[in-house]
Amino acid sequence: MSRQELISPEGLRVDGRRANELRRISCRASVLNSADGSAYYEQGNTKVLVAVYGPREPRNRSLAQQDHATINVEFNIAPFSTSERRKRSKGDKRLLEISSFVKQTFEGAIQTAIYPRSQIDIYIHLLQHDGGTLETCINAATLALVDAGISMMDYVCACTAGFIDETPILDLNFVEESSIEVPNLTVAIMPRNGNIALLQMESKLHSSKLEDVMELAVEGCKHIHRKLDQAVLVAAKDLADKLSN
Amino acid sequence: MVVEIEPSNIEREFLLEALEKGIRVDGRGIYDYRTLKITCSPTYGLVEVQLGQTRVLARVTCEVTRPFPDRPTEGLVQFNADLSNLAAPGLDSSSGKPSVQEVAVSRMIERVIRQSRAIDTEALCILAGEKVWSVRLDLHFLDHSGNLIDAASIASIAALRHFRRPDVTIDGEEAIIHDVNERNPVPLSIHHTPICVTFGFFGSNGDLMLVDPNLLEEQVQVSSFTITLNSHREICALSKAGGVPLAPSLIQRCTQIALTKVDDINDKIQEALMA
Repeated sequence: MSRQELISPEGLRVDGRRANELRRISCRASVLNSADGSAYYEQGNTKVLVAVYGPREPRNRSLAQQDHATINVEFNIAPFSTSERRKRSKGDKRLLEISSFVKQTFEGAIQTAIYPRSQIDIYIHLLQHDGGTLETCINAATLALVDAGISMMDYVCACTAGFIDETPILDLNFVEESSIEVPNLTVAIMPRNGNIALLQMESKLHSSKLEDVMELAVEGCKHIHRKLDQAVLVAAKDLADKLSN
Repeated sequence: MVVEIEPSNIEREFLLEALEKGIRVDGRGIYDYRTLKITCSPTYGLVEVQLGQTRVLARVTCEVTRPFPDRPTEGLVQFNADLSNLAAPGLDSSSGKPSVQEVAVSRMIERVIRQSRAIDTEALCILAGEKVWSVRLDLHFLDHSGNLIDAASIASIAALRHFRRPDVTIDGEEAIIHDVNERNPVPLSIHHTPICVTFGFFGSNGDLMLVDPNLLEEQVQVSSFTITLNSHREICALSKAGGVPLAPSLIQRCTQIALTKVDDINDKIQEALMA
């Protein structure tokens, strides 16, 4: 397999970004009517839609926990999300893995103790896939949970970073992500204290380079935090306007 | 459904109080692994690993298949983890849907070995576009006493290194697969040996740390973190999901500790394979 050049001699990446540049982010809260909270989140060409229901009575009584809320995450990839149409089964290990990562992340972020004997459902749909699935899912879910008014310790902001030709790069797209030579690090932080809520890495990276790559990813998370905050503000203003009229 | 038995409050408190004084319930040091025992059977590719009470059986087999059309020169490597009720109560294997733990372990091993390209898949090619070896790794968890991932990664690497596949000679367009009794079987070509090291975190901020949590510690811990390294000091995978968020400085410290652990474990695997 011929190796594709991922960084041009001018220092530009395949989609024209610089090494430390994020893709364009646009997001909006309250996009669905029936859900308690919802969000639409775009990062470059990756697009996700999230609906949050709850806290509500658990579907299945046996799932109810006496001292905290149960969190249920369902993750779905639309068959039309990639250039080749493909339907994935519900039991696909990769889908289950991503939904369990999202679930575990938010179990630590949501103040589940104040919603005993209830269930919070997070439904994530990936509409278009261009790399960074886990990061966009977490960011979108954060926005939808804030929109639903569910108490959380803090935002959870996620970002990916990699390492090509001795340079750490931020926010991998699909081409970069699928190149087996590029390590793919996903970090989710709580921006207020900078603690790490989720950390996943694939492929190889020398242990001495980890710090630089992680630092870059954390910078990206902070930028994403500002974007999410703005979206929350817009949604809140919108609601306030509606109330005053 | 059988529910996993949670440790009692008094057990939790005892464990935490002891840990604050730097003592672990099973008498180990904070950064000590449990006794690691690797047993290689006379059959190629069948290895049993015992990490304290945790027991994992790894079996590597191979067969000849047709390669994927987009990768005609690459062999296949498949992973399968079987976490049944045999290993511990509360694991439900009857529903047909793989459990969360099963997915976590098998995906982790898959990521560690496949994504870091530990196995040379091109060396598994017999005839490009026609025939390749398909190597299959089955993990069976026999006894669950905590830290399945580390035990599984050790078993996987040991089994892959122990495995021998039948030798092949190519005669024009024809491939002859020699019987094991006829010609010495050949080992797989392995680039590097990634090993997982798992840390458990305790206390409200996760500032108490230990290596290789056992079942009780796993149930009490507030967060866990798995780092995978090979002998070239390269990180092959990191995994931390859920639990209390951790300070970035802890991650750096874990890396340093894991580096020494990985060397020890690799030596032990080497020793077991030589025996």
